[in-house]
Amino acid sequence: MSEATTQADIARARASVPVKRATVPSLETVRAALAEVPDPELPVLSVVDLGIVHRVQVDAAGIHVAILPTFVGCPALDVIRGSIADRLGAFGLPVHIEATFEVPWTSERISPVGRRALAAAGIAPPSAVEAVRCPFCTSASVVMDSAFGPTQCRSLFYCRECRQPFEALKPV
Amino acid sequence: MTASRQVAAHVAAEPVPGVDGLEDLLRSMADDEFVIGFSDSEWTGIAPLLEEDIAMSSLAQDELGHAQALYGLLAEVTGAADTDTLAYDREPAEYRHARLLDHGRGDWAMTIARRYLYETADGVRLDALTSSSWTPLAELVGKLVREERYHLMHVGAWLDRLATASGEPRDRLLAALHALGPDAGTVFTPLPGEPALIDAGILGRPMADLEREWRAGLAPTFDRLGLPAPPTTNDPARGRTDHGEAFAWLHGEFTAVRRSDPGATW
Repeated sequence: MSEATTQADIARARASVPVKRATVPSLETVRAALAEVPDPELPVLSVVDLGIVHRVQVDAAGIHVAILPTFVGCPALDVIRGSIADRLGAFGLPVHIEATFEVPWTSERISPVGRRALAAAGIAPPSAVEAVRCPFCTSASVVMDSAFGPTQCRSLFYCRECRQPFEALKPV
Repeated sequence: MTASRQVAAHVAAEPVPGVDGLEDLLRSMADDEFVIGFSDSEWTGIAPLLEEDIAMSSLAQDELGHAQALYGLLAEVTGAADTDTLAYDREPAEYRHARLLDHGRGDWAMTIARRYLYETADGVRLDALTSSSWTPLAELVGKLVREERYHLMHVGAWLDRLATASGEPRDRLLAALHALGPDAGTVFTPLPGEPALIDAGILGRPMADLEREWRAGLAPTFDRLGLPAPPTTNDPARGRTDHGEAFAWLHGEFTAVRRSDPGATW
């Protein structure tokens, strides 16, 4: 038994998804599965809506996914790899995940669905500082407290209108 | 760092060019980011304001992440087993960070002065690498500059705040600049293989050029704030060697866990 197969077995077991047989799934099927994988720091977003899925290939050697780290030192990267391996492992093929800086992830890669999901969760979607709106009351009367927040990708703001502190995704 | 799995990020992307000096370039950059990141992490829990506690911790996390990525490239060049080996398993004398980073944590003004001098210098160096002929390095630098922008914005605001306050804040800032000034230019210490790096298109311009550009870029801000321009570098040939007592202490700190159980995985 090859090492890759062993890993896929472990991934399947962790995902608890019954596997009938290892047929080669279509790209669309794989992409749809990726759309079910949440980002660990922003679980209201899938890795697809976050825009970190750069390339997906399916061939006889397995499923290959290239992901773009949002920040170079993103500590969630290993968790994301694990979640993707778990979900795609359900197809019964070896899963190869590679992190790359081939193109830089930018906050513009977040999908419109993702932006709405962020706002609904109380996190202002990324935009220029002067264009940030309060995610609770939509007021423009906001002030940035600090460019640095609880994770590398977020800043701290305060809404003068509804007097709520909130977080905003950093535009990068 | 639990970095070993991330080493694979660039493997097989492009052959490593056999250029003298590439190892020195990557090691100097990685060690700079590692040492300033670790120094700044010493503020976690004790920074003057809660927001600064978070900001300094986040900055430190960014820098350690940058170091990890740069050590990853270095591992490709040297064939090192993983990035932790490169980051931790060396004697203090084997590190090649700039002497600017060897003054100990100091007070808040020292931290701001060091970070401002370093971020501006690092920015000039990164600009000279954005069109590097070695694609993995150019790609990584393209990502790093997007993050460093926030660092400079943050530390620039603090430099203004300390310089324009009268009394103790400004006095402390001046004392910090006085202590760090002669070492500020060590970020641009000439590298052993520099001509080869330039011939191969890996590094855009000589370090001496970059240092001139950096000094010219600092001038408007320092003039506006009435701060003294950093003097000529003291003992420039040894700008990345002969680390002193402060680094020996820091090295003891950042290798303590590693040494407590060699070879353990976390």
